[in-house]
Amino acid sequence: MTEATPRLATFPLARERAFDPPDELARRRDEAPVQRMTYADGHEGWLVTGYAEARAILADNRFSTRPELLHSPIPQRGEFSKEPLTPGFFLRMDAPEHTRYRRLLTGQFTVRRMKQLEPRIHEITESRLDAMEREGAPADLVESFALPIPSLVICEMLGVPYEDREKFQRDSAVLVNLDSSMEDVRAAVQDLLSYLHGLVELKAKEPGDDMLSGLVAGGELTTEELGGVALLLLIAGHETTANMLGLGTFALLTNPGQLAVVRDDPAAVDNAVEELLRYLSIVHIGPTRTALEDVEVGDALIRAGESVTLSLGAANRDPERFEGGDTLDVTRPAHGHLSFGHGIHQCLGQQLARIEMRIAYPALLRRFPNLRLAVPARDVPLRAKMAIYGVHRLPVLW
Amino acid sequence: MKIKADTGRCVGAGMCALTLPQVFDQSEDDGTVVVLDAEPPAALGPAVNRAVQLCPSGALSVGR
Ligand code: SF4
Repeated sequence: MTEATPRLATFPLARERAFDPPDELARRRDEAPVQRMTYADGHEGWLVTGYAEARAILADNRFSTRPELLHSPIPQRGEFSKEPLTPGFFLRMDAPEHTRYRRLLTGQFTVRRMKQLEPRIHEITESRLDAMEREGAPADLVESFALPIPSLVICEMLGVPYEDREKFQRDSAVLVNLDSSMEDVRAAVQDLLSYLHGLVELKAKEPGDDMLSGLVAGGELTTEELGGVALLLLIAGHETTANMLGLGTFALLTNPGQLAVVRDDPAAVDNAVEELLRYLSIVHIGPTRTALEDVEVGDALIRAGESVTLSLGAANRDPERFEGGDTLDVTRPAHGHLSFGHGIHQCLGQQLARIEMRIAYPALLRRFPNLRLAVPARDVPLRAKMAIYGVHRLPVLW
Repeated sequence: MKIKADTGRCVGAGMCALTLPQVFDQSEDDGTVVVLDAEPPAALGPAVNRAVQLCPSGALSVGR
């Protein structure tokens, strides 16, 4: 890093183009993949934009994810609050506490289990497409397709009544909105937790054939802990795949050649999903970690107590790892992208997300071969102020 | 080629089973890796290396 480089003050969020990470981050990556950044509270931490460096940090248990150690890279609340941890919310725990929770759940998310869900995901997808057809064009693809599919699936898996979705979708939206006040966030968490605690008590009395009932019956977790686990899975199941389906469809509609491959070549779909994950990198800020001891990353010496914020978007476009990475090419080998993270926190639901996308994209494009945007691309509202990037709405015709 | 798997480190992300289902599976209870074929044919070498690379927790290694 040259001394002339002005230090970045806080993490940039505004994207100049709908599908590309902020230009500033790409510029920084090309200068130095690890460099200093001033955090919202004045902390002198680090920004990591290189692929190899980001991957190394995510795999290194000398970097902690505990909230009480973290500094926030954005002035807004972000996901980086120092609020005391909700019991069971294991995304914010280090090993070995993290391991205990993760172990209780991983058996539920194996590749084989997810394959067994395939027929049900097909059914859900087809019924959403039928409904779209019945209601007729134009439609908002987010409301009628991208959000309902993953929501129905996670609700069924967890054993959360889908009829209650309005309530928790509202709370979930408050949580990922970077402009939400701390009071609103706290209220939304409390609201969700009291709902989930009620559900846990119900499952204890009337167990069903679902994950939450199974965890209750397993008897290893308290009601409080179960609430935190359910909160994490419910939010993760809602905000991520839904935004991949919405933003991914938008990206395909504006790249007709790529769209045609996904629609017409079943053998290309698995790889296309990886490439869309890489290219779109919907985790909008972070993750952030804090060094527990001095660690060298690339040319930088990160001192104990210093926070590092990664840009998965910039790392996934790193030309050292993905040649011509700024172009969407569904035939490129895109495996190894960091969109699900890396290391012990790598997304637990990733195999579920993959199957949902592998089914939903081609089913949509085949049912409506004439699918197109109902508004000019520049008028599609983007989620620039949300922790998970995507589109707020995607008006389409067919 | 000999595959070693450390189930203590495994976080059950399933990248191995996804990449190379002939060689890796996951346990039904806790999702940790099960090696189906610890000495796979040499032809699978590149795919095994890829699975090792993709494992997020460093639970897999290959020796000779
Ligand atoms: S890829 Fe690694 S962490 Fe994931 S299941 Fe296989 S061995 Fe375990």
